[in-house]
Amino acid sequence: MNAMPTPMFPLHVRGLGFAPAGNEILTDINLTLETGSFTAVLGPNGAGKSVLMRLLHGLLAPTSGTIQWGELETRPQQQAMLFQRPIMLRRSVIGNVAYGLHVQGVALSDANRRAQQALERVGLAHLAERPARVLSGGEQQRVALARAVALEPRILFLDEPTASLDPAATRAIETSLADLHQQGTTIVMVTHHMGQARRLARDIVFVHQGRITEHTPADEFFKQPRSTAASQFLQEELP
Amino acid sequence: MNTFSDSLSTALALLLQADAHLYAIVGLSLRVSLLAVVIAAVFALPLGAMLAVARFPGSRALTVLINGFMGLPAVVVGLGVYLLLSRAGPLGELGLLFTPTAMSIAQAVLVFPLIAAITRQIIEDAWLEYTEQLQSLGASSWQSALTLLWDTRWSLSTVMLAGFGRAIAEVGAVMIVGGNIEGVTRVMTTAIALETSKGDMPLALGLGIVLLTLVLALNAIAHFIRSWAARNYR
Repeated sequence: MNAMPTPMFPLHVRGLGFAPAGNEILTDINLTLETGSFTAVLGPNGAGKSVLMRLLHGLLAPTSGTIQWGELETRPQQQAMLFQRPIMLRRSVIGNVAYGLHVQGVALSDANRRAQQALERVGLAHLAERPARVLSGGEQQRVALARAVALEPRILFLDEPTASLDPAATRAIETSLADLHQQGTTIVMVTHHMGQARRLARDIVFVHQGRITEHTPADEFFKQPRSTAASQFLQEELP
Repeated sequence: MNTFSDSLSTALALLLQADAHLYAIVGLSLRVSLLAVVIAAVFALPLGAMLAVARFPGSRALTVLINGFMGLPAVVVGLGVYLLLSRAGPLGELGLLFTPTAMSIAQAVLVFPLIAAITRQIIEDAWLEYTEQLQSLGASSWQSALTLLWDTRWSLSTVMLAGFGRAIAEVGAVMIVGGNIEGVTRVMTTAIALETSKGDMPLALGLGIVLLTLVLALNAIAHFIRSWAARNYR
């Protein structure tokens, strides 16, 4: 008999602040994320979006406030993050994807099987044996996505994952993300592509000068944002 | 100039005739220094990697220390190891003084700071790039250190070669702890020193040529490894 796993959602963020050495970057962040949501985090450069992702993912420790995962007492392991620039280890593509599983103690054959499946999901199974660093930027980002997917995360954080990719690679990533979301993965993504946010996100978190000015359903946000900062931001968008 | 050209031709003759005496010396040199680098690397690689990825009490002081000891004078190392291994010393009972093992130990001590310090520098540079990704995947400090050691293997292999080059070219330490006993602990550098002082220039020069060729060959190999890895792994 398996005990029911303790739910890790909703994610409650209360009064979160990040001010290293008194240098205030994020202030009084309050946010609730439900399971299965797809949230785009928007805002101008320097607003604190990337720092917010790193705090939620646990790469940075907040200087104030709390991050509460459902009823869990600690940070859950079933999460992953994709960075703007993919970091490839100097080994094969499949070696890169299986790496996260090795680190978490998954047995070798099992890890390789799951890595192969993850590569198939992002459509790169044919590159499995290639050295990862010789791939193109777009392919590397898809390998990084496969590496995250292989961990079977319940929540995936992305920090401008397609910022330096061409349209084809961007589309490939977007397709994979939509597919992951469809299958129940909760997704939180920082992006500067308004079109991408429109296509993918169900709700929008707008960050301005270290504060969340609004958390609104996506269709509503793009029709009529509630905060002045967001409406100014949208008006400045280039065609 | 006559001495030089005469010596040179005799030296080349010795080399080409595969003079047993000369090659025995070369063989011992290679064996001693290879073992030295292996011993040093076993300790220096993990230490360098841990100093790069983890902060623990004393880690800064240790970093300063190994950086400072990179240019350790070989004779001082020889003296230290001599005192350790001599009859009255703490490790005197092992009876290692004036053996090739003692020479390997001395050279290992000599190149240990060099390998540890450069390893730390290489791993730290890689760590800056990888840190968020590895932490995101849940790697512990030890796992990160091992990952980075493997990921920088091509750079580290050239560090090993540099360590080997320093070991095989030094004379002070092996002279003191080996004693330059013919057929037992005589290596290229100690033989060159002795033959030169005796006035036997051909053998000294022949050994000098071998030593120089070896060191150049090592550098060529290091260069080759680097460019090959850069092409295949980026």
